[in-house]
Amino acid sequence: MNAPILAEVPLAHSAAATIRRAAPRARASLRLRGDLAPFEAALGLTLSGRLGSRADAGPREGLRLGPDEWMLHTTPDDLATVTSALAPLYADHPHSLVDVSGREVTVVIEGPRAAELLTIGCARDIDAIPDGAARRTVFDGAAVILWRDSATRFRIDVWNSFAPHLLDLLVIGTRELAAETS
Amino acid sequence: MLLIHCPYCDETLPEVEFAYAGEAHIARPENPSEMSDEDWQEFLFMRTNTKGPYYERWRHLHGCGRFFNAVRDTVSDKFLTTYQAGAPRPDLDTLLPPQAEGGK
Repeated sequence: MNAPILAEVPLAHSAAATIRRAAPRARASLRLRGDLAPFEAALGLTLSGRLGSRADAGPREGLRLGPDEWMLHTTPDDLATVTSALAPLYADHPHSLVDVSGREVTVVIEGPRAAELLTIGCARDIDAIPDGAARRTVFDGAAVILWRDSATRFRIDVWNSFAPHLLDLLVIGTRELAAETS
Repeated sequence: MLLIHCPYCDETLPEVEFAYAGEAHIARPENPSEMSDEDWQEFLFMRTNTKGPYYERWRHLHGCGRFFNAVRDTVSDKFLTTYQAGAPRPDLDTLLPPQAEGGK
């Protein structure tokens, strides 16, 4: 893993925003078509929301990325439970559940100007993403998933190989925004 | 930067999230082995290259990942409409008047 592994220590901190690595999460990519109800029952999550909507249940978070694609986040301990809950459904409801925990790292961006900081790499209108939703998008050329927890707290999932570049950008941006305000 | 409406996400989003995927409504022949070389060449390579409203495919690559169809004016680069893959070709007559108003 190329990105700095310093979960507790902020990678950058200023009056504008704080950049931190999030604690490790188990991630799984779920692809399926057809009846969602048995999967919702097995996971305890609502999967049928509109694209970009999230559902939480205990440690589990489900995000609908596309009409037939979801990203599931949970604790590393819970992933085996998720896998064994969906395995019996396979015979009647063919689907794909892939553990992609090692593929990405999560960066937390928190602070009064966090949304403004994201505009340095993201062409989307950040304010148009509702609180508690998430979107797959592009951040300075890297494919990311942007989670909006609140107007001042965001998470970005990015592939390991893009993480150093993305972190460098965010760290520089955090300093620059703070230099503007002071 | 173009703003493109994704018919699956139902949002109008920046062009960088999308990938162009050629002309739309070109069906692959059912039995390629029964086709003459000329017809096969026609299917593989020949495109209309319209000047004006053009039916084309796009993919919301960095988003929902879906392919969809669009009508874009190749002169002004304006999108007249976008619609889901598999939906019938929209009638140009219903699309063109709003574009004329937009050009004022």
